[in-house]
Amino acid sequence: MSATGVASETTTRGGLGDNVVRPDGVAKVQGSFAFSGDLTADGFLWGATLRSPHPYARIVRIDASGAWAIDGVECVLTASDVPGRATYGLISHDQPVFAHEYVRFEGEPIAAVAADHPETCRRALAAIVVEYEVLAPLTDAERAIDGSHPPIHPDGNVLRHQRIVRGDQSIVGPITVEGTYELGMQDQAFLGLEAALALPDPGGEGVELFVATQWLHEDRKQIAACLDLPEEKVRLTLGGVGGAFGAREDISLQVHCCLLALRSGRPVRMAYSRQESFRGHVHRHPGKVWMRHHADASGHIRRIEARFVLDGGAYASTSSAVLVNAITHTQGPYKCDNATVDGWAARTNNLPCGAMRGFGVVQACFAHEAQMDKLAAAVGIDPVEIRLRNAMETGDHLITGQVIESVAPVARAIRETAALPLPDEPVGGHDGDPMRLPGGAGLTADRGHIRRGIGWGVSIKNLMYSEGFDDYSTARVRLADGVASVKFATVEVGQGFVTIAGQIARSVLGVDDVVLETIDTKIGSAGSTSASRQTWMSGGAIDGACRLVRERLFENVAAAHDLDAVQLAIDGTDVVDTLGTLRVAVAEATAGVVIDETFEYHHRPTEDLDENGQGNCHTAFAFVAQRAVVDVDPELGLVKVVQIATAQDVGRALNPMSVVGQIEGGIAQGLGLAVMEEIVQVDGHVRNASFTDYLLPTFLDMPDVVISLIEEPDPMAPMGAKGVGEPPCIAATPAIVAAIRDAIGKDISRVPVRPGDICLTEVG
Amino acid sequence: MPTTSVTVPRTLSDALRVLADSPDATVLAGGTDLMVELNSGHRGATDVVVVNRIGELCTWQHNPQLGTLHLGAGITYSEIEQSPIAGWVPALAQAARTVGSPQIRHAATIGGNLGTCSPAGDGLPVLCALEAQIHLASAAGERTLPFADFMVGPKRTARVPGELITGVTVPVLPGWQGYSKVGVRNAMVIAVASSALVVDQEQQGVRLALGSVGPVILRCPEAEALVAAEGDFQSSRIRSTVVAQFAELARRAARPIDDHRSTAEYRRHAVGILAARQLRRAFPNE
Ligand SMILES: Cc1cc2nc3c(=O)[nH]c(=O)nc-3n(C[C@H](O)[C@H](O)[C@H](O)COP(=O)(O)OP(=O)(O)OC[C@H]3O[C@@H](n4cnc5c(N)ncnc54)[C@H](O)[C@@H]3O)c2cc1C
Repeated sequence: MSATGVASETTTRGGLGDNVVRPDGVAKVQGSFAFSGDLTADGFLWGATLRSPHPYARIVRIDASGAWAIDGVECVLTASDVPGRATYGLISHDQPVFAHEYVRFEGEPIAAVAADHPETCRRALAAIVVEYEVLAPLTDAERAIDGSHPPIHPDGNVLRHQRIVRGDQSIVGPITVEGTYELGMQDQAFLGLEAALALPDPGGEGVELFVATQWLHEDRKQIAACLDLPEEKVRLTLGGVGGAFGAREDISLQVHCCLLALRSGRPVRMAYSRQESFRGHVHRHPGKVWMRHHADASGHIRRIEARFVLDGGAYASTSSAVLVNAITHTQGPYKCDNATVDGWAARTNNLPCGAMRGFGVVQACFAHEAQMDKLAAAVGIDPVEIRLRNAMETGDHLITGQVIESVAPVARAIRETAALPLPDEPVGGHDGDPMRLPGGAGLTADRGHIRRGIGWGVSIKNLMYSEGFDDYSTARVRLADGVASVKFATVEVGQGFVTIAGQIARSVLGVDDVVLETIDTKIGSAGSTSASRQTWMSGGAIDGACRLVRERLFENVAAAHDLDAVQLAIDGTDVVDTLGTLRVAVAEATAGVVIDETFEYHHRPTEDLDENGQGNCHTAFAFVAQRAVVDVDPELGLVKVVQIATAQDVGRALNPMSVVGQIEGGIAQGLGLAVMEEIVQVDGHVRNASFTDYLLPTFLDMPDVVISLIEEPDPMAPMGAKGVGEPPCIAATPAIVAAIRDAIGKDISRVPVRPGDICLTEVG
Repeated sequence: MPTTSVTVPRTLSDALRVLADSPDATVLAGGTDLMVELNSGHRGATDVVVVNRIGELCTWQHNPQLGTLHLGAGITYSEIEQSPIAGWVPALAQAARTVGSPQIRHAATIGGNLGTCSPAGDGLPVLCALEAQIHLASAAGERTLPFADFMVGPKRTARVPGELITGVTVPVLPGWQGYSKVGVRNAMVIAVASSALVVDQEQQGVRLALGSVGPVILRCPEAEALVAAEGDFQSSRIRSTVVAQFAELARRAARPIDDHRSTAEYRRHAVGILAARQLRRAFPNE
């Protein structure tokens, strides 16, 4: 893979803008990094969960006496054992800690056990008798919202309904294009499975939990409520996280693990299997999106009509926020003054859905980008031209009425992407390596069977939290003897915040040595590692704390040398007098001194949407353009993505190597949704809860990625840097599907694209 | 892991003795199927007999006089995908290259593929098309079965408790042969449909075997007869209309099912395409 415009050298300074290597990188590659599943404690018990085999059933009776009777079983819990609030949830608490009266999805937890050995746990779970009255599951989101099915939950079958109405509703045509687009359920498929270790305080007055999560303080709040403990009695420390992508935002095993530890008085270790993980966390919303674009004869969008139906599954999780993200991004990165959008998030007996990289915008973008191509065809111009004609700029409005104040280099991203070189290799590669053809090692095709296509995906993505949420992050920086210690609760899920944190401290404070303290709840919240927000938010907090420390440092130096503090600056690892000759090393200036400051960074407030979907609900935006080149075997329906070229609006690349990692990883995930990743459910039963059958792209499925980073520092962002994690994954899916359409000349409207969708359907 | 005892014999006779004492013991070779089943709880606790340290099972013999190749059950896919074995049975080598990842191919054995006998097992269509002989041994004696008699159903074989698969014998044939496999990923994927075509230049015939499209590996006698009648084996020539008929006969021979990996309709369609493309590779001239 090549990256243009990205320096490959690592400097020794390791400040902002350098390609600093991750502090945990070598340990991860060598296998010595302790992931959450590797944690252990003296005398620990294993915990395990009993799950519902039915998507929808009434629980008639639970008899756990058989489990208690097994030697080695120390604790068995069901719903009646939950001391505090019986339910949890990120936005509304509608999900039971253990199913009570009803089970609403296949895999819903019913009981938990702690025992001396995993095998004892397995037998204990098998010995718990649950009598069910099996009910017909509600699996069709349309039926959930049309009111024809009795409520499957006291809160009803509609998780949220929100409209957006803006401008002139009477506009029609003259050019109209329309389509219905469908997305399957994608799994985050992180490699480090859910795992935790809970240590009870003596006397059971509190609990310490080591866990792989995305947001320690939110977990703590929900755990404490369910355990009926004050929050300070629940202490969380981050266990090594092997990926998250949204799947660790919700509670999974946290409450179970803590409660087992408190009841047994022993440390308890829980770890999900892959099968269990598929049912143990929320997924990307499957959905149906209908859009109709009205445009003038030259292709300028005049009005958009749309209807979104997202299947939220059995419990609310973040469905209401995902829905708002989806509908508020209906127009994509294009100008549009008039719109009518109807959005629904439905409750069904399918697996619960919530956060996943892209958070609703993936669904919107797949639809609007297909629409842009249809519009281009209707007007008779090419896909690049239609996008340039409509490209949004700073100062334009969203259909919510919100003004885009962020830097918005949409046209530049499209032009720079178009200027990146197309692959120089012919179909099948230069040397006849079968791995370069669709079908790969399967030797299914010869060059002559293959057709090449090119497609575009351009996206806008909101950064940080929305709809009035007071989103903030806390950091504490302590400078002593030339060493900076940085404390934060920001979860490192693999994105590289631990690298950035050191870079910020080195740049702002002029130190070489930065110590990152344990990531836990002994400091204020950092918010969630999601929504592409941590570099901006927690980066902003560390930057703020470092600046406070630096002020104090300058005051000290100024006092010692009889200077005015405002004339001092950091140059490399020295404090220098900008108006004179003084130069003193930071290490020397801080010998025997301790400066300690804490800073809380808040982004600017946002508003709720009104009933017409109007309001400044988002904070900031990032943009990306991608061009996909794919080779397709039209007769077998197999696809090989050859190249993705992309120009991404990153504000400022604080660590270019890390940014490239996010772009490549995001493209892999978008590729997965485009051509292979889907949790298949039949009547609410999951059919492929394993990596044998839930296919993820491997290294051999990855295309070459050619990258151009657009660095226009955003004045609103603390260091000019925008979030970079989500945009690449959003644009890749529509770009790849557009390229498949281009190769075969058929209208494909569902992802993942299955071979039969390519070769067994008529030309559209 | 729910086992009771694990034995690691070094010779075939030791292994057969252990199996005679506990005929229901589970045989473990590379473990790439077995460990997955154990870890997922699909198999319970039994005694285990490990066979991948038995020297006799990990050898091969090429017999140029008879034109045969004998592969011990313990031969791995990574050995098969390389020369010299790849030169004698190129279709088996192609099948080997589609199995899992390099790590899996280093551990996975041909004997294990036969032991599992999944309709999606990649070695099996080639063994079927080559009309391989499967060798079995127990304390009571040895026997040899043609592949078609060995595989009796999906994951069901003619092997009886106490028996070990010791190896397979395949002919070394002049003439084109190949294996093709459709999966939804470019590597590391279970076959949704597969096809092995073998040309027997001396007999002036072809043999076609289909995988993942029926309860067992399926031969296609009608399609084979068509090529025997219509193909020009000297100048590798066949008419396009015959290729199309061949594909249609392969499609008709398939007995696919719908499952979460694919629809039956697609499986049937795909084997037809694979068979046609392979026939064209074998007979490049119109
Ligand atoms: C990640 C992964 C990817 C895979 N991909 C593929 C693939 O692409 N294609 C494919 O075909 N397979 C694939 N497999 C399955 C597996 O690798 C093959 O079936 C392999 O050939 C099994 O061989 P083994 O030596 O590991 O068998 P084991 O797992 O040791 O045994 C398999 C079965 O055969 C029995 N057995 C083994 N040896 C003997 C013997 N000598 N006599 C009697 N019984 C015996 C065992 O008791 C067991 O029932 C994959 C497996 C994994 C884990």
